[in-house]
Amino acid sequence: MGRKPNAMTVRGVKNWLEAPAAGIAERGGKLNLLRGAVARVTTPLLPDDYLHLANPLWSARELRGRVVDVRKETADSATLVIKPGWGFDFRYEPGQYIGIGILVEGRWHWRSYSLTSPPDWNDPRYGKKVIAIAVKAMPEGFLSSHLVNGVSAGTVVRLAAPQGAFVLPSPPPPKVLFLTAGSGITPVMSMLRAMDRRDVVTDVVHIHSARTAEDVMFAAELDALHARHPGFVSHVHLTGEKGKFATETLDELYPDWRERQTWACGPLGMLDEIEKHWHEAGLESALHVERFEVERSATTEGGTVTFGKSGRTVTVDGATTLLEAGESAGVQLPFGCRMGICQTCVVTLSSGHARDLRNGTERFEGEKVQTCISAAAGDCTLEV
Amino acid sequence: MAITDIRAFAHLAAEDVETLGQELDTLRRSVEQSLGERDARYIRRTIAAQRALELAARAVLFGSRNRWAWMTGTAMLSVAKIIENMELGHNISHGQWDWMNDPEIHSTNWEWDMTGPSAQWRRAHNYSHHTYTNVLGKDEDLGFGILRMTRDEPWRPVHLVQPVANIVLAAAFEWGIALHDWTIEKELTGVSRYQVFSEPNKAFARKITRQVAKDFLLYPAVTGPAFLSTLKANATANLIRNLWAYAVIFCGHFPDGAEKFTEEQLEGETPGEWYLRQMLGSANFSAGPVMGFMSGNLSYQIEHHLFPDLPSNRYPEVAVGVRGLCEKYDLPYTTGSLGKQYLLAFRTIHKLALPDRFLRRTADDAPETSSERKFAGVTLHPGSENRPWSIDPATGKRRGLRWAMHEAKIALRAKAEHEKEVLRGAERTLRAKARQEQDLLRRARHALRKSHTSYSA
Ligand code: FES
Repeated sequence: MGRKPNAMTVRGVKNWLEAPAAGIAERGGKLNLLRGAVARVTTPLLPDDYLHLANPLWSARELRGRVVDVRKETADSATLVIKPGWGFDFRYEPGQYIGIGILVEGRWHWRSYSLTSPPDWNDPRYGKKVIAIAVKAMPEGFLSSHLVNGVSAGTVVRLAAPQGAFVLPSPPPPKVLFLTAGSGITPVMSMLRAMDRRDVVTDVVHIHSARTAEDVMFAAELDALHARHPGFVSHVHLTGEKGKFATETLDELYPDWRERQTWACGPLGMLDEIEKHWHEAGLESALHVERFEVERSATTEGGTVTFGKSGRTVTVDGATTLLEAGESAGVQLPFGCRMGICQTCVVTLSSGHARDLRNGTERFEGEKVQTCISAAAGDCTLEV
Repeated sequence: MAITDIRAFAHLAAEDVETLGQELDTLRRSVEQSLGERDARYIRRTIAAQRALELAARAVLFGSRNRWAWMTGTAMLSVAKIIENMELGHNISHGQWDWMNDPEIHSTNWEWDMTGPSAQWRRAHNYSHHTYTNVLGKDEDLGFGILRMTRDEPWRPVHLVQPVANIVLAAAFEWGIALHDWTIEKELTGVSRYQVFSEPNKAFARKITRQVAKDFLLYPAVTGPAFLSTLKANATANLIRNLWAYAVIFCGHFPDGAEKFTEEQLEGETPGEWYLRQMLGSANFSAGPVMGFMSGNLSYQIEHHLFPDLPSNRYPEVAVGVRGLCEKYDLPYTTGSLGKQYLLAFRTIHKLALPDRFLRRTADDAPETSSERKFAGVTLHPGSENRPWSIDPATGKRRGLRWAMHEAKIALRAKAEHEKEVLRGAERTLRAKARQEQDLLRRARHALRKSHTSYSA
């Protein structure tokens, strides 16, 4: 009630004009009206589908970006600076991650990486707004190795909108503890840079574990921050010399750790230990944890399949198709031929791995799978 | 009645069908494993070229009041629409490029420039048609519900208009497809025809409105004073695309040699038998690279039906393997020139417009549909249950379906010859008998006349 009739009409016309581009409404921005209007003539395509032939970044149908710089951080890690194309939302929160798709031998591969750049980062070196991720090459990680060693400036990548709940609130809490190891430092780097830029570095302790001094990512920057902000302590723990960082030593090192809001990111074993420690201290609510999907080849057969929407789960062997798994759990999955030819059963694999039973091809998180001819390769989640 | 036992028809034992299936699986895997950058580049370039051509065509049509510009623009737009329909829309919607993992070239997202919504078409085509290929009562693509394309289907008076229906279907092919898929979509999703605002109805209405508005109203309006000539150009391009798509589809499914099957065949069908059904139910037409491209490589309809989700640019090489297997198992590989294949389909359309009593053959040995019963009485070797085929003692080659077809043809011809001979014999006897009678009659008359004269004398 109370809305003026002409406001309704205006909105109606606007909606009608935008309708053909409705699918990309959230990222279309102000251009959406024009996009929708032109799409009346270019239907079933969007004007974007023609424009991106001239410049791959001129399309909001799918988020894209261009790598503008690759900077080595350590021997096996690098920072990728990416200039996103149309429709990218720069209002992400420090600590969030993005999905990145990269083309290798004709196939797009998707992985998620934490953003290391602070939100709304305007680096004069690159002109316009850019974002950055840092990637550490995993020994068996085919894509991470490719990103560190095989990607050059100019490469076009696909992006998925920033997401994740491992974020730093604004304003940050007065006392903060960051516990990171290896590439677990990346989301925290975004938080530190955001605090630095906003000049709200409170009382922050950062304990970071790495094997040797050469393995410490962003070492120089951590030192610089340390020097610039009296409230910031960078505590680097070298496991090659001293062994694993023992959580128990916190009482000695930073006896006020219980008063701090803690963000932890690193290998699963470390996080489990931290969670246990905080649980015993009754401080779960002060702990924020980010678990990285470890990039590996699916070596296991079968596993627990979770159906995202209903939350139902079922444990199956490596010969049971995902479609059968769903049916045995009472989940209605779409299907047609049940033999891999009609594509009716295609759903997105939101986490884990699956295997195509016809040829053994692996499917990764973010890829679409035909449930009638795919089986779980380890635990996985389907977006149905 | 069409084929009810595909193994008997193909002259293959159960284990042969199984090995054939495995060999086809191997063929499939070898292609899948070699997919890479080259294939990805092929589809990306095709998309880019198609869009560029369409843009250029639309631009030229701004000057469509000039006759030459009209002709050039229309020709370019027709070609653009054909590529969009055949090589892009059809093949991408089959999931042929899903392996690339590119959200913009994926079966779940692609929308084509035809009246029917892609999603509805995918369901009717990829599922109903490709799973139940050529099974009577299951594959609604057999005649698209309007044409009687096999004498397995009982004749009804409405079939008399078939020659006209055929022309209408060809000219309005995209509408035929759209309506067809819409009906099947509602059937498959269980939506009643009386539910006006159902999802399939809304999707259908939205899509056709956009398509019609674009080609027949908005785009012509954009060209301003050239409104009418642009409209004519768009209509012509759509018509040409329709005719071409129609011809390609009909050549892939309705020439002689593309067999039909009964529902009995579906019961307990093994994967090998499924492959076999696809192989025997489809027909190719010979095409070079250009024709192949313009038909979305559906000139390789047999390969497409065996592997509907393998990238189309690989069908020529797959065809070499499939032909080899046909050779090995002595199976027919139905192909011919585009003209010949269409004429065969055309003949069937016109022949079957007539009631059965005008047709000479039965559904067991007709050109457009035959069955295992066709070989009754022509098994020329002492066959056993599990080795239906034999080895040619002279060449050492397997004698399978192709050989049996050949023998059946000879046997049929011999039978016809024999019947003709019998007929000729009967005719001869009759004629002799008539001559005799005539002779008798003449003699009698003569005698009569003689007695007459003697009497009067
Ligand atoms: S149900 Fe047809 S491809 Fe899976």
